[in-house]
Amino acid sequence: MTDDTADTPRVPLPVGTTGTSANGWYGMWGLVATEGSLFGFLLFGYYYLLFHNTGPWPPDGLPSLRISGPGTLILLASSGVIWWAEHHVRKGRRAVGALIVALTLAMGVVFVALQLKEWAGRPFAFGGTPYSSLYFTITGFHMAHVVVGLLVLLALLVWTALGYFDGRRNAVFRIGALYWHFVDVVWLFVFSTFYLSPYLLR
Amino acid sequence: MTEQRRVAHIVHDNAALADHLHALWERPHTLVGWLSSTDHKDIGRRYLVTAFAFLLLGGLEALALRLQLAKPDSTLLPPEAYDQMFTMHGVSMIFLYAQPILSGFANFLWPLVLGARDMAFPRLNALSYWIFLCAGIFIYSSFLIGAAPNDGWFNYVPYAAREYNPGPNMDFMSLGIIFLGISTTIGAINFVVTWMRHRAPGMSINRLPIIVWGTLTASAANIVVIPAVSLAFFLLWLDRQFNTSFFAVEAGGQPLLWQHLFWIFGHPWVYALVLPAIGLSADAIPVLARRPLVGYTPVALATVSTMAIGFGVWVHHMFATGLPGLSLSFFSGASILIAIPSAVTVFALIATIFSGKPVINTAFLFFAAFIILFVIGGVSGFMTAAIPVDWQLTDTYFVVAHIHYVLIGINVFPVVGSLYFWLPKMTGRMLGERLGRWNFWLMFAGVNIAFLPMHLTGLWGMPRRIYTYHAGMGWSALNMITTVGAFIFAVGVLLLLVNIALSLKVGAKAGPNPWRAGTLEWATTSPPQPYNFVVIPTIASRHPLWEEDLNDTRHRSHVHRGYELSDHHETIGTTTVDAVPDIILKMPSPSLTPLLLALALSALFVGLLLHAWWVVGAAGAAILAVLAAWLWPQAHLGERLEESETAGAGS
Repeated sequence: MTDDTADTPRVPLPVGTTGTSANGWYGMWGLVATEGSLFGFLLFGYYYLLFHNTGPWPPDGLPSLRISGPGTLILLASSGVIWWAEHHVRKGRRAVGALIVALTLAMGVVFVALQLKEWAGRPFAFGGTPYSSLYFTITGFHMAHVVVGLLVLLALLVWTALGYFDGRRNAVFRIGALYWHFVDVVWLFVFSTFYLSPYLLR
Repeated sequence: MTEQRRVAHIVHDNAALADHLHALWERPHTLVGWLSSTDHKDIGRRYLVTAFAFLLLGGLEALALRLQLAKPDSTLLPPEAYDQMFTMHGVSMIFLYAQPILSGFANFLWPLVLGARDMAFPRLNALSYWIFLCAGIFIYSSFLIGAAPNDGWFNYVPYAAREYNPGPNMDFMSLGIIFLGISTTIGAINFVVTWMRHRAPGMSINRLPIIVWGTLTASAANIVVIPAVSLAFFLLWLDRQFNTSFFAVEAGGQPLLWQHLFWIFGHPWVYALVLPAIGLSADAIPVLARRPLVGYTPVALATVSTMAIGFGVWVHHMFATGLPGLSLSFFSGASILIAIPSAVTVFALIATIFSGKPVINTAFLFFAAFIILFVIGGVSGFMTAAIPVDWQLTDTYFVVAHIHYVLIGINVFPVVGSLYFWLPKMTGRMLGERLGRWNFWLMFAGVNIAFLPMHLTGLWGMPRRIYTYHAGMGWSALNMITTVGAFIFAVGVLLLLVNIALSLKVGAKAGPNPWRAGTLEWATTSPPQPYNFVVIPTIASRHPLWEEDLNDTRHRSHVHRGYELSDHHETIGTTTVDAVPDIILKMPSPSLTPLLLALALSALFVGLLLHAWWVVGAAGAAILAVLAAWLWPQAHLGERLEESETAGAGS
């Protein structure tokens, strides 16, 4: 009989919530998968009602990119900025890291403000037609996710400023940043559907 | 102080280590200790008890329905009460019993069969249970104001729209199912991550018990499809409360969008209700047949492929809605194709029994009956997968007979068999065999007397969901037989309860391994210790406890020698495919935050139901406060630097 425990590693193993070995990292990917599915079904609803629709779509003509375009660029850029913050946090630069998280947070707030301005400029109310129902529900779902993401960024800002993270202890930061990346990427699909696809389908 | 890296020592288990672990892991025997438990065994037992309570409620509703239908032109239940009864029967069985009971078994068994100390997220596990309980109470509270959901378990619009259903009935349903969906999603993510990370060293994916494959595939599917049903109910709630136009034809909406979203969820869901139960059977049958499972790899692959094909069959619930022929053909083909993996599993189980030396006991009878009922339900499902047959049978009692053979046959029978098989592990006491035989034969006779003639009721044209029928329709005798069968079945379930109660009081002591089984859970005490294993086992084959008997490999697993992990709550993290150790994981302590979060969420949903926006706001604030406390990084879990390290840092 062989002793199989002889094969089990006796090397030092990382202890506790560490990098991408942390359960939370896997759990956040699970959350991203289920939230991604949610947006998939939201857009399924959009295209289903679009292809069964007979009137003009969107009802007020082709959408303007004047506000949504800059908003999209800011949100996408913020993904790069949080990555940059993570880089500094992992080098142990607490103050610079916190400052850049604050910048990410500010960019998210600007995106929300631009979206609210965009909402205020719509000529239709929430209910009434399938398009208006879809528009406010889907962009509203996304905005709710941005707001949750901003709360996550706020927590990361506080924890970074308190000096909780460095090159070895940073899994919490990376897990929070992963959620922010998701919020940014999923907007591309929402944006393409509402602001770009009408140009292709007209 | 949490060190960055450590060599985990390999030791023999010993009494001193066991005592040390007991002090670390045992929860206080107080009310607060009970409410804050994050032990997967506590949570598993709570899931089982609560889901079983919903089974009994749903069963009482079924008996009321059967009394009403026993005779023609009956006036026992008025139409509105009948609608609420048949809806709540379906909702209880499908949402509040069938999936949660399997979560109960999986929660209890997974860490034990995987050789871990707990699930990947113990606090989320507790949260998932508390939300399930609160959501069930939320939906059932509708009875208090006489406004229970009343549109069948699939809630078709336009019946569910406010214009035709103005009461709060469907608002209870919409918000309640969204609430319950949070629990299911959290549980699903927990199972998937536990599978990826929490396995004993050496437990590579070809050594997993089939229950792990079943729960894993069901969980993976739930992660993807629960959002579909939550969204469908959210859009329905918006249509009802805020005059949006998703489903209302007069406002440009599409009723069929409801059916698509519901069944994109609904059909994978019915596989989620059976695959873990098939997994339980496929693990127990080989033990009772005294040999390893025939065709382990085909059965594991059949489980996964059933789920994969299960994503592409939802339109077979919509064959009669006027969809284009091409789409009907595709979904009909997929629905017929899915019989192949099911047949692979059935033949593997039959071959295991025939080539083994089966021990005929109550548990075995339930598992064997599961195979028979699975085949009958499978054949009637295969029939309705053919479009012309479906057009004749849709919305008749034939479909009702089919769904009951499937859900009772592939869910209830394996569940009761598993109670006879695994309850001794949970409680330390055996169930009575003599009473068990009466229990089995009454349930087996009851289900067949109730539902076999029901196929004929359907073929003779009786539509489902009608509250009564006229004497001249020719359905009277068949309906009376079904009612008699339902009551025989109910007596059988009652005997099960009596048997469990007697077992808890005077049942024979089980000992660690009453069935001389081969998998890891039987290496623990009955009931298992709070820490499960004194040392982390090392696994060398599919049947760690049968290696001396089978002697099919020169390698040996080790249950009494392995990693000593005893610095607070710890378990080993291993790689997903090969199960090579790569981290020492720190587990959280028991906590009240899951219960508090579930209560805050309950307040949120009550506020939404009543349009009490201040309640919604207050509940939202409470949720944020609890989450902040829950997620605040803890040094002892290695989530942040120690105070000492922080002080010296800075930039």
